[in-house]
Amino acid sequence: MKSLEELKAIREKTLAGIQLRKEDGADNVRVVVGMATCGIAAGARPVLGAFVDEIGKRGLSHVSVTQTGCIGVCRLEPVVEVYVPGEEKVTYVKMTPEMVQRIVAEHLVNQQIVSEYTIGAAE
Amino acid sequence: MKDLSLNILDIAQNSLKAGAALIRIALRERDGVLRIVIEDDGRGMEPELAARVTDPFVTTRDTRKVGLGLPFYRQAAEQTGGSLELVSAPGRGTTVTAVFHTAHIDAPPAGDMPATIQTLIQGSPDVDFDYSRERDGKVSSLDTRLMREQLGDIPLNEPDVLQWIYESLTESEKELE
Repeated sequence: MKSLEELKAIREKTLAGIQLRKEDGADNVRVVVGMATCGIAAGARPVLGAFVDEIGKRGLSHVSVTQTGCIGVCRLEPVVEVYVPGEEKVTYVKMTPEMVQRIVAEHLVNQQIVSEYTIGAAE
Repeated sequence: MKDLSLNILDIAQNSLKAGAALIRIALRERDGVLRIVIEDDGRGMEPELAARVTDPFVTTRDTRKVGLGLPFYRQAAEQTGGSLELVSAPGRGTTVTAVFHTAHIDAPPAGDMPATIQTLIQGSPDVDFDYSRERDGKVSSLDTRLMREQLGDIPLNEPDVLQWIYESLTESEKELE
């Protein structure tokens, strides 16, 4: 059984990293996952979980993952939007956890959009 | 919805949209009856809206005129011979209580509750969640207010904290099997 005490150790470990991020917030990338009824029913929860895992594992402290309601294209859920400052928003559709790793590696790390997963390719 | 944990994630989003500061999610299973309570201190609803929200053609969103969250949830409960009750008052929050008969052939599986709790906290790290799951006397629980006592000003959506939430809940829910 894990104990609340372990959180103290996490606190010590995390404190330094948070300080760093506060100082350079300008180039933050946002990943937004649609988490309304349509998204959840289509499988958005494991997609969000995969983003949180993968971004945490790689220590991408300039990327934040947030949730939003219905984006409006329910038939293409799960939908994920990626916002890179100074660039046009990219919308990925019909997401699965398996697709997440590639988007993190190619788009969030190497700045190459994964075109075949985008709404443009699906439509 | 494939399982109850997804229904619960969906219904709790209503509490978040209602501006809740504290959301209590309690599952209690005893003698084949599962009772799920989702209680928030959000803005609540006027009686005439509260009476109509399990109607699919009533919704607060503006991208479509259909809202399926509560209707799905009610249907899931009723198809096991159970029920759904919603109590709400303006300024006093909303409580949704669903009852399921777990031996019924149409009873949905519980699903991954740790993932649902992790997802809720990830999306709303400033809201408090009081979660408990009890099965024939054994309890698994997580209260973000207790977590904050240890974490101080570290936000709950830090990757290491989210991982701790998932792992600690998964571990303690195994004991309920």
